[in-house]
Amino acid sequence: MEKSDNLITIAVTGLNAIDSPGPGIAVIRALRDGLPKPVRIIGLSYETLEPGIYMHDVVDKTYQVPYPAAGSEALLRRLQYIHEKENLQLIIPNFDAELHNFIKLGPVLKTMGIATFLPTQAQFDVRDKINLFRFGEQHGLTVPKDKIITSIAELNSCEAALGFPLVVKGKFYDAVVAYTMEQAQKAFYKLSAKWGFPIIVQEFIDGTEINIAVLGDGKGNAISIIPMRKLYITDKGKAWAGITLEDDKLVKVANDFVKATNWKGGCELEIMRTKKDELYIMEINPRFPAWIYLTAAAGQNQPAALARMAMGESQPVYTDYEVGKIFIRYSWDHITDINEFHQISGMGEL
Amino acid sequence: MYLKKNIATSESGFIFNPSTGDSYALNPVAIEILQLLKQGTAPAALKENILAIYEVDPMRLEQDLEDFMNQLKEANLLEN
Repeated sequence: MEKSDNLITIAVTGLNAIDSPGPGIAVIRALRDGLPKPVRIIGLSYETLEPGIYMHDVVDKTYQVPYPAAGSEALLRRLQYIHEKENLQLIIPNFDAELHNFIKLGPVLKTMGIATFLPTQAQFDVRDKINLFRFGEQHGLTVPKDKIITSIAELNSCEAALGFPLVVKGKFYDAVVAYTMEQAQKAFYKLSAKWGFPIIVQEFIDGTEINIAVLGDGKGNAISIIPMRKLYITDKGKAWAGITLEDDKLVKVANDFVKATNWKGGCELEIMRTKKDELYIMEINPRFPAWIYLTAAAGQNQPAALARMAMGESQPVYTDYEVGKIFIRYSWDHITDINEFHQISGMGEL
Repeated sequence: MYLKKNIATSESGFIFNPSTGDSYALNPVAIEILQLLKQGTAPAALKENILAIYEVDPMRLEQDLEDFMNQLKEANLLEN
């Protein structure tokens, strides 16, 4: 496919939806809404039942890519093949687990003509769950106390340090609130089997859950900050509805984070606001959240702004957005047929 | 006591706090009281206003008003 000045080709991951949606479809929706040029979207999938693969009005073509555990070399080989076919101009990865590989490949991809807009490995590491408490201490950000553990014996000592309830968290995803040691142990085994070690055991903070979508320019500036309060929370802790907020304190926390890290790219701050109005940073996710389209709806289209900056265009800092804008998630049964399923599972492309 | 400046209200009695995302619905009398608060009406004048419109025992009004103001305070809708 020849490069067209009238088209921008962007590869996007995170097309999944089990048990809750990945950010990919929302990112694509924002890109299509916010970029002036026509956009060709290339989906990068890991599994055959990611719904975005089959949504042909959203994703133009999908290629399967190797799991992150296969390493950056395997990913690069696959991207070289895809690039030969599609002439990618930008890749926006949306899974925590794959970011390490894409960050590592950034310079090589650039030589191929493929832009990324990602944090450095150092920026990525500093906000990792295992480093978060230390990071907060260094930069005056309030973070719950935690213990990083790799054995059940260490878990047993967490009761004295953190009390109950406490939160048992996996390396990449999942968190379980445990009210007893038995529950904590069960969570420890389950999460370590799923995600490996270490396990993070965190102080439980009671309050209102607020998430903040942030876009940093890599130079210490937050291009966009949109705080969202969860209006409905699923049993997995995901927002199924949310509303944009206006609050200087929330904006300050986000700005402080971006300044402290020179964060480059999208990220999500998970905040707990206590009754005493303390703002605890519970986690920092190093990519766009699944609700990212709300930023576009509120007037600060973060994926489109990232694409502009990645392509070398200037992007001023957003100053206004609509407060009280609500997203309400719903579920849609997309219909496809066995031929398409065979195509992606057998050929790795659709 | 004043309502915080950023609190959004509607004529139908809907209150939205953009800092917290909380929203509330007021009954007709509460709507009137809120309108008076927004105008900066002092507590004594506010009571006189309500007593002039509604047939209510002054002691009862005092209690209900205090209760309502406490609810507004707990909901973080009033200026400090």
